[in-house]
Order: sequence, then structure tokens, then C-alpha cells
Amino acid sequence: MKSKIAKISMAAIAVIGLSASVANADTLSDTKAQGYLKCGINSGLPGFASADSKGNWSGIDISVCRAVAAAVLGDASKVKFTSLNAKERFTALQSGEIDLLSRNTTWTETRDSSLGLNFAGVNFYDGQGFMVHKSIGVKNAKELNGAAVCVQSGTTTELNLADYFRKNGMKYKLVAYDSNDQVVKGYESGRCDVITSDSSQLYSLRIKLKNPNGSMVLPNIISKEPLGPVVRQGDDKWFNIVKWSYAAMVAAEEAGITSKNVDSMLKSNNPTVKRILGVEGKLGENLGLSKNFAYNIIKQVGNYGEVFDRTVGMNSPLKIKRGLNALWTKGGLQYSPPFR
Amino acid sequence: MFALLRDRKVRGILFQLLTVIGLVAFLWYIGTNTVHNIEQRGIQTGFGFLNGTAGFAINDTPVAYNETYTHGRVFLVGLLNTLIISFVVIILSTILGLLIGVLRLSNNWLIAKLSSAYIDIFRNIPILLQILFWYNVVLATLPSPRKSIELFGSIFINNRGFYVPKPALNATTISMIIAVFLAVIIIFFLNRWSNKRHERTGQEFPVLFTGIGLIIVLPIIAFFIGGSDMNLSYPVLKGFNFRGGKTFYPEFLALTFALTIYTATFIAEAVRSGIEAVSKGQKEAAASIGLSSYQSLKLVVLPQAIRIAIPPTINQYLNIVKNSSLATAIGYPELVTVFAGTSLNQVGQAIEIISMTMLVYLVVSLAVSALLNWINFKMKIKER
Amino acid sequence: MAVYDKIETREAPSSSKGALHWLRENLFSTPLNSAMTLFGIAILFWIIPPFINWAIINANFAGSTRADCTGDGACWVFVKEKMSMFMYGFYPEADRWRVNLAYALFFVVIAAFKLLRKSGLKIAIATMYFIVAFILIRGGFFGLDMVETNKWGGLMLTIVISAVGIVGSFPIGILFAFGRASNLPIIKSVSVTYIEFIRGVPLITILFMSSVILPLFFPEGVQFDKLLRALIGITFFQAAYIAEIIRGGLQAVSKGQYEAADAVGLSYWQKMLLVILPQALKVAIPNLVGSFIALFQDTTLVLIIGLFDLLAMVQLTGSDSHWLGFETEGYVFVTIIFWVFCYSMSVYSKSLEKRFNTNLK
Repeated sequence: MKSKIAKISMAAIAVIGLSASVANADTLSDTKAQGYLKCGINSGLPGFASADSKGNWSGIDISVCRAVAAAVLGDASKVKFTSLNAKERFTALQSGEIDLLSRNTTWTETRDSSLGLNFAGVNFYDGQGFMVHKSIGVKNAKELNGAAVCVQSGTTTELNLADYFRKNGMKYKLVAYDSNDQVVKGYESGRCDVITSDSSQLYSLRIKLKNPNGSMVLPNIISKEPLGPVVRQGDDKWFNIVKWSYAAMVAAEEAGITSKNVDSMLKSNNPTVKRILGVEGKLGENLGLSKNFAYNIIKQVGNYGEVFDRTVGMNSPLKIKRGLNALWTKGGLQYSPPFR
Repeated sequence: MFALLRDRKVRGILFQLLTVIGLVAFLWYIGTNTVHNIEQRGIQTGFGFLNGTAGFAINDTPVAYNETYTHGRVFLVGLLNTLIISFVVIILSTILGLLIGVLRLSNNWLIAKLSSAYIDIFRNIPILLQILFWYNVVLATLPSPRKSIELFGSIFINNRGFYVPKPALNATTISMIIAVFLAVIIIFFLNRWSNKRHERTGQEFPVLFTGIGLIIVLPIIAFFIGGSDMNLSYPVLKGFNFRGGKTFYPEFLALTFALTIYTATFIAEAVRSGIEAVSKGQKEAAASIGLSSYQSLKLVVLPQAIRIAIPPTINQYLNIVKNSSLATAIGYPELVTVFAGTSLNQVGQAIEIISMTMLVYLVVSLAVSALLNWINFKMKIKER
Repeated sequence: MAVYDKIETREAPSSSKGALHWLRENLFSTPLNSAMTLFGIAILFWIIPPFINWAIINANFAGSTRADCTGDGACWVFVKEKMSMFMYGFYPEADRWRVNLAYALFFVVIAAFKLLRKSGLKIAIATMYFIVAFILIRGGFFGLDMVETNKWGGLMLTIVISAVGIVGSFPIGILFAFGRASNLPIIKSVSVTYIEFIRGVPLITILFMSSVILPLFFPEGVQFDKLLRALIGITFFQAAYIAEIIRGGLQAVSKGQYEAADAVGLSYWQKMLLVILPQALKVAIPNLVGSFIALFQDTTLVLIIGLFDLLAMVQLTGSDSHWLGFETEGYVFVTIIFWVFCYSMSVYSKSLEKRFNTNLK
């Protein structure tokens, strides 16, 4: 009887081993095979990733997931979202629980080099700022000496904060929480005087406050925070797909293609437009996608400008100006490598 | 072959062999996968990160720390905070638990009912819920620093914490600390002497009252000898916050209150069952040989009750240490929050960091079980 | 023969009966006692009237928006409006009948247990129930829509986690208890190491491990759902505690039972499963219920790794910008739910303890 148990258990181990060796590192074919994209997102940050009461997600980070799904599967809705906190996000990506991390993640050297990650672009150029209660009468971050500062722990924000205060010879009381919700709660209840975070997040947190007008974002920007989609190292094909899915959104805005005019644009004479939409050449096929992958993205998700306006820009409650995120032709940094 | 299999000894060896093989295969499987995954994903390994600069601040540090210190130092800070919160909660919950446990057996109907209601209510609410409640509801509704509740002009209570005067480490405070130690040592020897004298002559010596007297009087004398100046630093409202004095942060307070109240219910139950386990005959026998009720309690009931109450109580102490890790939900900078939380996020080396964290708890718990075994051994009824 | 009149028993003097006597005896027997009574009454006055004022008298029950909360007291409208979140999380509204059906079936199973005698049949029914409940709640079979686990939440998730934890940890716990009681040195040391290791570390570190490290243990492509990882962590955590409790039960079984089973020639597994375990379990049941209560409370820890159990729902609903500032109500509501569950289990465990105590006499 015992040897039977042992045999079964050995067989089980062997089976696990076999099933393991079957799995391969080709994210594209895996994604196509399972029929949906596994995308890691923030658990709740209005404008970037937030769910309505029915559990439908929207936001600028969500749009990146949808764009990649549209490119790979032809359907922007075929995304399985996994909401992750700051702690879990990289492990989830490394372990293959998700294939794309689009969770307002800052591109840094360490993350690029020692965590085994690849940043496929920057979908939001951000910088760290401060938000204070108007009632404390502070107009500039240099006046914050001695303040209690709420911050989400384990983020680059926390490190920048330390640097900034040290550089300016000021002291502060750190109040660090695991989740953004608790950060807002701490600020709201008066546990701290200031919240510091990426300034886009500050706007998004502000609309979560009981009285948004009682708080203001200070003009100081203390860091560079390029936020972008992340993939694992070691699968260059997949890296390219994400990179060019995103670039297609920017290129579409550059070329004036929107989700509304994309069908008529198919008949355009402009060679750039023709190449982007796959009417001419076979750019998509070299990536392992269909020729019209960019068409699918633009049709179903929109170009970068549309997405920006809808999620964080003037047509959203956040009302963030384009600023650094305007196209390079309009004084911003958003720039797509040529589709050629 | 089959005959061999029927032999119990042979089968035992075979079965163990299979277990070992299975276990080794399993560990080997996990190990190779992990190594492969780590290599393939380009994650760094090793403990070199402990020497890397942490770069983040911590708000409540028992040893010198700022953002230029290393992750190794973060580990130390977290560890010390875990020990501090555990120590404080162990003391407070023992006192509260003892009190509630005794009151529960009080012959005052109302008090007994109130005590048992206390136990029934708080032990049936998840500890994490209690921590969050204290933090997000009770302590958060305190007034802002500018409108602090003021006690005796030197203690301030607001939603950023409790601020009390802090004595400086000078001649007075040091001599007072020495005096307390001295008192403890004197009491220890006094107790031994009085026990011996009691055995020899049968005379009682009021060790308890002398002891309490010593522990109060000696430090007071030391206060005057040492220059009668503790050089207290008082908290003062400057700018946004209070400066100076000692601050008990809301995170610390919420954790202390919640853990104390929760654990006290279990200690109270241990105390009650200890006392109830002493058979009525023992008390009657004590009374019949003419012991006063105080003597009966001290000499007959308590020695037996303690024997039963101590093991579960020590288990609760272990639970306190383990439950202190829930601080991570409210951001009190103990081991799990700062090391397995913030450092882990910054460095990303999950395996090393979580193993180190688990090892700390494991060492504490092994130490506690060793202590428990030792106590059980010492307390064993010596039967002749 | 002398005739004696029967003297009626006199009533107890008025000083030793009635409410007044009871009061004097139980509340005011000594000055100290009186002081304590007054102190107790003061505490009650300090807690109960303000709470009733807040929770009932000045509370707001009617309405559906924030504006309907005009009184000084609690705003139960908030809890009412968010009730479905507290109960089901993001579980699609149209499919909630599936969860309710699973609850209902549970009571059917309990009823069946009361009626049936054969333990084999009971085990079969219980297993069937878990399969059916799993299919109902998760879907993906028989035309039921698949509901991803990231939509599970609230009380339903709390119950799922505790149920899986309790049921899953049981067989593993029994195995390790046997292992620890075994006289095979390797088996014994493996079991002891496992049990002591798990019992020595906090659950939160196990959860961190299962959420952050576990994925590294398996090759790429082998994935575990976030919930599944938490369930694995909790089950293996709980198993160590179950093992210790059952070991206590095993020790209570007299040596003669083992010897008798050996003497009639039962194999090891026959001996343990048919003779020893039933007796050990009977002794261990009160402690097992106690550890289930602990597990039920411990499920709240999953909020730290980002699952939305009942407690996490308070935080989530409390940060809805339309409903800011009603966390207290959320906490009180959730506290009551947890308390009712845990307290009824503990009352049940006490009644079991009594029942088994009399059995032993």
C-alpha cells in the first residue's frame, strides 16, 4: 500500500515536471493561445486605473493594456486585469502572473538593470510634487520644514522625498503607508500636513478628498518620474510589441488619426498614415502581429491625445494639462519613432 | 520480496526512504526552478544589499538612523521596534489580563459580568480589525496639534500622537535607573533570606510591602542624591508639529491598545482557568488549618494556579510578538513594515528578505519554547 | 401517641431574600464591593447611552444618498447602499444567486448530516458539496459564466477563504500529526520541523511568501491565481495548528488502544484511521473549533496582500468619494458580523466541551 502511495506521488511529481517543461517563454504565442492579455494594474487611482461599480476598468494605464490587447488579439476588451500593490508588481511580472505591467511605474536605472525589467516607453511624463491643506498657509515646498509628510512606502517617491529634504537642510516626520487609500486617509484625518507623490497622482488623490478645494498642489516639482509600461527581460519580441503598440498611439496623434476618422484615413494618400494603418508595407507582420494592428488600437482605444483627454486631461475630473505630455511638435516630450 | 515487504521494520525503512527521496526531489525541483527563474529574470541575489544605502526615512527609530544608513540598519531598527512593541504589550496585557481574570471570579455580580462581557466581546473580533479601528477611528478623531488636549501643561494629546516630557540622560536619571536595579537586587536577596528564616524559625517577613517600598523610596532618594534635576525636555508646538519631549506616535499607540486589549482576554481566560482548576478541597484544607484568606491565596491557591496559567500565558506572549507584524497595515515601523515592506520594495530581493524576517520570528519562538520547557520543568510538582 | 402539629416552614427573613437581599449580597457586601459596583455602573453609563444614541436614536436609516444623513448619529444609509459590496464584493449582480444557492445548499448538507448515519456517505456528500459550490461560485462549466476570482470579495470571500482553509488544512494536519506521533525518526523529524517552523512565524510572513516567493518556485507558465496563492498559504499555515491539536488528541488515547489494534492485526493506516483517530478527534473537537475561530479571524490578513475580504471592503467603500467619512459605520457593521460568527462558534465549542466532559465521566 505504501509503495503504491509512493508511486503515485512520484508520478505526480513527474507530471508536474512535464507540464512545466511544456511551458515556454514565448509570451506572444502564449497570449494568443489563451485568448486574453494578462495585465497588471493599480488597484485604484482615478485617471490611471479605476473600476466603476460594475468592475469595468478605465484610465490611461488601462488604455495601454487595451492597446496591446487590440494589437495582439484584435480585441481591446480581451484583457484580464490583476490589481497589484507596489510590493507585488514586479514579482507578478517576473513570475509570469502578468505579461504586461502598466501601473504608473517609474523608469529607473536600478529597475532596468537589477530587477530584470524592460520599460517599453513612457506613457506619462510625471514629476513628484506636494499637496497641502490650504489652511496651513504654505505656498512653496521650501516652507515645509518640520512638517509631517504622508507617502506611499516602497516607492521612488519615498526616496526622492528624503533626498529633497536633505538637500534643502529641512526636517520632516515621515508617515509611510502601504496603500494609497491609507495615505489619503492619513492626510484627511490630519495625521500629516502634506502628501507627496507624483503630481498626476496628487490630482487624482485630490478628487478623492471630502473637500478637494481645501487642498492645493504646490508648484514645486522635485523629481523626474517617467511612468511607463513594463515587460520582462528575455523576450525581445514581446518587448517590441508593447513598445510599438504604444508608439502607434503616439504616431497616430502625430499623423492626425483618431478613433473617429480612422476608417476614412484608410483611404488617405499620406504614406506615413498608410504605413501606420498597414495599408502599405507589412510593418506589423515583422512584429509577429497582423498588418492592421495599429488600426485596431486606434479604432478601439484611440490615439494618445484622445486617451489622455478622456482619462486624465481636460475631459476628465482630473483636468491635468498636457504639459510635458504634449507631442514633441507642441513643446512636449511625446515622440514616436518613425513607422518605417 | 513480498515477504520482506510484510516486515514492519523493512516497510518503515522503505517508507522513510521514499519520504526522503520525495522531499529531496521536491526541494530540488523548487531549487532549480528558483535558480533558473532568478537567473533568467536577472534578479540580483545574495546579501550584498544589506550594505546598500536605504535612502528612505523611518519615523520612529530607537537607534540612530537616517536615510543615509544601510538596509542592514533598517533591519536592526525594525527588529528593535518589534521587540519594543512586544515588550510593552506583554507588560500591559499581563496586568490587564490578570486584573480581568481575577475580577471575572469576583463575587460582585456586576463586575464579574462586565469582565466576562469584556472577554466575550474582544476575543471574538479579529485583531487586525481592532488595530484599524483604533488607528482610523479612535485616534484619528483626536484634535489637530494646534488644538491639542493639554494635561498638566506638559503632556499633549493630538492626532499626531501623545507628547510627554522626556528626561535627559544625566546624573539624576542615571542614578535613578541604578536605584531601581539596586532595589530589584535587594528584593531578590531579601526574599531568599526571608524564605530561609521562615523555614528555620517560622517567622514571616512582609517581603511584598518592603519590596514595594524599596522600589518607590530608593529612586526618590537617588533623585535627590543625583542632583535633583532630570533636565526634562518639554514638548513645544513649533511650526507644524510639537518638538522636544518623547512622542508616542498614533501607529504605536493603536497597535499597543489593540494588541493589549485583545491579548488580555486570552490571558484573563488562562488566569481564570488556573484559579478555577485549584480544587475546592485545597481552599477548604487551607482554611481548616487556620490560614487567613490572604495566606490561603498566597501559599495554597496561587502556587497551583500559576502552574496551570503560565504555559498558555507564555504562548500568548509569543502570539503578541507574531501579531505585532500586523503593524504593517498602519505603518508602525517594525520588522515586517520597514524591512519586509519598504526595503523589499526598494531592493526587490524577496527570498533573502522574507527568509531573514521569518528567521527572526523563528528564533524568538524557539527561545520562547525553550523558556517554556524550562519553566515547565521547574514547575513540575515534585512528588516524593 | 402524641400528635404533633406540623409547623410550617417560616419564610426567610426579609433581610435574606428578594431583590434587596440579592443586591446586598452580590453588589454591596463590603465597602470595596460597593465601590466596584459603582465603578461598573459608571462604565456602563459611559459606554452604553452614547453608543445607543449614536447607533440608533440619532442615526439615519432612510434614504439613499449622503445628503440623507442629517442627524448627529450613525449613517446606516452608507452601509445599506454598500451592502452588496460588503456581501459580494465585485461579484456580478446577475450571478449572485449562485453564491446564495451555495449558501443554501450548505444548510441542506447540514440537515442531511443530521439525518444520515454512515460516515462514508457523509464524506461523499461533503466532497460533492465542495465541488458543486466551487462550480457554482467560479463558473466556467455548464453554461455558467466564469467569474474571475478578482471579482470575489466581501463576506463571501471571507467565507470562501475560511471554508477552504478549514477543509484543506484538515487532512494535511492529520498527516503531520501522525507523522509527529510516528516512531520512524525521519518522518517524525520532518513533521516536527514543519509544524514548529509554521507555528513560529506570523501568518503575514507566510502570506508574503506565498504571494511574492511562491511564483519563483515553479517554472514559467505554471501560474497560480492571487487568491489561490493566499489559500495555499493559509491552508498550510492552519495545517500546522491542526496537527498540534490532533497530536494532543492522539496523546489522550490510551496505549491499550494502540496495542489492541496491533493485536488484532490491523495495518498502520487501519489502526490510525479506524481506531485511534476517531477517539483522538473527539477529544480534540473543542480545540479544533477554537482554531477555526482563530482562522476565521485570521482571514482578515488577506487585505494586506490586496484581496478584498470583508474588512478590506470597509477601507474600499470608505474611500469612495461620494461617501467619505463613514468609515466608523463600516467598521461597526463589519465588527458585528465578525463578532456574531466568532461568538456563535465559541458558544458551540463550549457546548461541545460540556457534552464531551460528561461523556468521559
